[in-house]
Amino acid sequence: MSGLRQIAFYGKGGIGKSTTSQNTLAALVELGQKILIVGCDPKADSTRLILNSKAQDTVLHLAAEMGSVEDLELEDVLKIGYKDIKCVESGGPEPGVGCAGRGVITSINFLEENGAYDDVDYVSYDVLGDVVCGGFAMPIRENKAQEIYIVMSGEMMALYAANNISKGILKYANSGGVRLGGLICNERQTDKELELAEAMAAKLGSKLIHFVPRDNIVQHAELRRQTVLQYAPDSAQADEYRQLAQKIHANSGKGVIPTPVTMDELEEMLMEFGIMQSEEERLAAIAATEAEAV
Amino acid sequence: MAKDHVSGPEDYESLIEQVLEAYPAKAKKKRAKHLQVSQPDPEATPDPETGHASKCDTTKSNIKSIPGVMTVRGCAYAGSKGVVWGPVKDMIHISHGPVGCGQYSWSQRRNYYIGQTGIDSFVTMQFTTDFQEKDIVFGGDKKLGKMIDELEELFPLSKGTTIQSECPIGLIGDDIEAVARAKNKEHEKTMVPVRCEGFRGVSQSLGHHIANDAVRDWVLDKGDVDYEPGPYDVNIIGDYNIGGDAWSSRILLEEIGLNVVGNWSGDATLAEMERAPKAKLNLIHCYRSMNYICRYMEEKHGVAWMEYNFFGPTQIAASLRAIAAKFDETIQANAETVIAKYQPLVDAINAKYRPRLEGKSVMLYVGGLRPRHVVTAYDDLGMNVVGTGYEFAHGDDYKRTGHYVKDGTLIYDDVTGYELEKFIEGIRPDLVGSGIKEKYPVQKMGIPFRQMHSWDYSGPYHGYDGYAIFARDMDLAINNPVWGLYDAPWKGPEAIAAE
Repeated sequence: MSGLRQIAFYGKGGIGKSTTSQNTLAALVELGQKILIVGCDPKADSTRLILNSKAQDTVLHLAAEMGSVEDLELEDVLKIGYKDIKCVESGGPEPGVGCAGRGVITSINFLEENGAYDDVDYVSYDVLGDVVCGGFAMPIRENKAQEIYIVMSGEMMALYAANNISKGILKYANSGGVRLGGLICNERQTDKELELAEAMAAKLGSKLIHFVPRDNIVQHAELRRQTVLQYAPDSAQADEYRQLAQKIHANSGKGVIPTPVTMDELEEMLMEFGIMQSEEERLAAIAATEAEAV
Repeated sequence: MAKDHVSGPEDYESLIEQVLEAYPAKAKKKRAKHLQVSQPDPEATPDPETGHASKCDTTKSNIKSIPGVMTVRGCAYAGSKGVVWGPVKDMIHISHGPVGCGQYSWSQRRNYYIGQTGIDSFVTMQFTTDFQEKDIVFGGDKKLGKMIDELEELFPLSKGTTIQSECPIGLIGDDIEAVARAKNKEHEKTMVPVRCEGFRGVSQSLGHHIANDAVRDWVLDKGDVDYEPGPYDVNIIGDYNIGGDAWSSRILLEEIGLNVVGNWSGDATLAEMERAPKAKLNLIHCYRSMNYICRYMEEKHGVAWMEYNFFGPTQIAASLRAIAAKFDETIQANAETVIAKYQPLVDAINAKYRPRLEGKSVMLYVGGLRPRHVVTAYDDLGMNVVGTGYEFAHGDDYKRTGHYVKDGTLIYDDVTGYELEKFIEGIRPDLVGSGIKEKYPVQKMGIPFRQMHSWDYSGPYHGYDGYAIFARDMDLAINNPVWGLYDAPWKGPEAIAAE
């Protein structure tokens, strides 16, 4: 287990966590790494591109069918996908019922107890949205993931989320040893996006690991339930993911304890970059519009 | 008695100071607000029965216990399932959630009832949805619905079902109200979802309130009630029939010519609860746990309410007269006849037990009513309550306490295990009345003890019949010959001298 690296991808919902993580991990295989992906999202779509299909048998659904998680065997839920990447989906309840957070805790404990982490070099957790409750913080607690990679973009809400997730990491940094590996910016083509991402990383005391440019080929691959690495291995975008994979691979032990900022500081930064208007600017803008109307 | 009960310091103020010394500054400051000595209240008129007019209402109450102390308080689920709903005999009460809460509150609190258990009555049975991991993760509504269907098949004579929520139900956001509505339509029986998750509130007290609200929202005014009310209809409210208390109360009310429509909730049926709003008067025994629904019935149905006390002959006579005063002269005359009828019994009890109990001191620590209600009964036996306190009382309870206790009584709210032990050590009373958790430590201190929640598996203590049992039990505890054998004979002065 000494060489095992446990990483996790967090980020605002819809930011492209699952797409980015699966593409990156597919590239990581090319570096000779053996990988296990643990999907921690009730939607169970964290391994779709690797398995080339949506995972049907999640840990929690099978456990519920069989009676309890103790009745479950690892083989029932562990699927092998693209280039022998192992995949497990935690699964969870349909929206609006039950407790998905408890589900994540149950699944991760099951996987550990049943030796899913033996004989792999990397375990990667893909966790839904924000850290909404204790359950979704499971991968960053109790010495699970050592490095967290936050997928974000130049959009304001993505930056808020990145800051919030950093707060979650900070909370467990001293007890569990979890670190912020860095930010991964998934380009949305907002204003000054690269600069903003770098500034955010600096605020958090971390670094921007990679800026992934926007390319429609990702979309094409995704429609075919494939990673870009599988769909178009020679494309420029595939190389981007290879670079990202290399950077993460070289980033071992270089994570930091993040320094999340207050809401005020965050908004100040956004104003500096002209994303948000200051109070005076806003009043001036209103006055200008009114003047125009007259 | 071989074990000397040296009377402790009269100065309880300094005893409080001493006890508080053990705490860190912050805890000391907080706990100090819960401990006091009752003061004379020159502005109040003395209570006509007890002659007391002391001030106990400066004690802080009904706030969160301090982490780290030992408190004997319960939770909201205990207040709803254990106190208010559990004794309703012809309904099934589901402990909804993991198995422990239902398992450890199985058999209720000795709420006696008449009926065939498992056929038309269910009080001492335990029903639970026994949540597993998957029910937490995927929600338990379906399981609950299925359980209600199965119960309907197994126990067709049940009149309805209550759903007593344990903590996880509130955490995972199950919609038990929707299940209740659907099953109510399907089975045409009363279904009552109760949101009494244990983490709500500071003690069982909020559970009482939530349970009262559930009666209001899911039982009262649902459809036609087939009952023709009479002029002497009353309800007994807040008597849980522990050891048969409600029965020994009910006979007195019936003897003075009243008709008891409903008894909430000891030995109660659902029909009694539904009919209650048609009565003329609500008689509240346990004010703390059921005043809420009485206030509602007053507002909504115009049913007046009054408190009464059936512990000990002084309070019984006063209560019978006060209740009769709400009715006509026939009833008032009946009340006098009944009081006179029982006087010889009272005289005989006092003649037998007073000489054995006269002057003995008592410390009490009970729930929300008895810390004051039983005080006059001890007075009737010539005994002297020197300290009393509540687990979960509110400010209005402490105000009422002033009518029962004399000046200079030690008052403790939500007392901690440590404080109570130190107070008992300091005062060394002749008797302590509290619960099972206090019983054995106190007896090991060499002090006689009676459980005052469960009547120590005796009872009833309400009414004239109950007074006879109460007096006997106190005598049994205090004058038990075992206290003469407390010290090891080889450690006595004679044994040491012989060596």
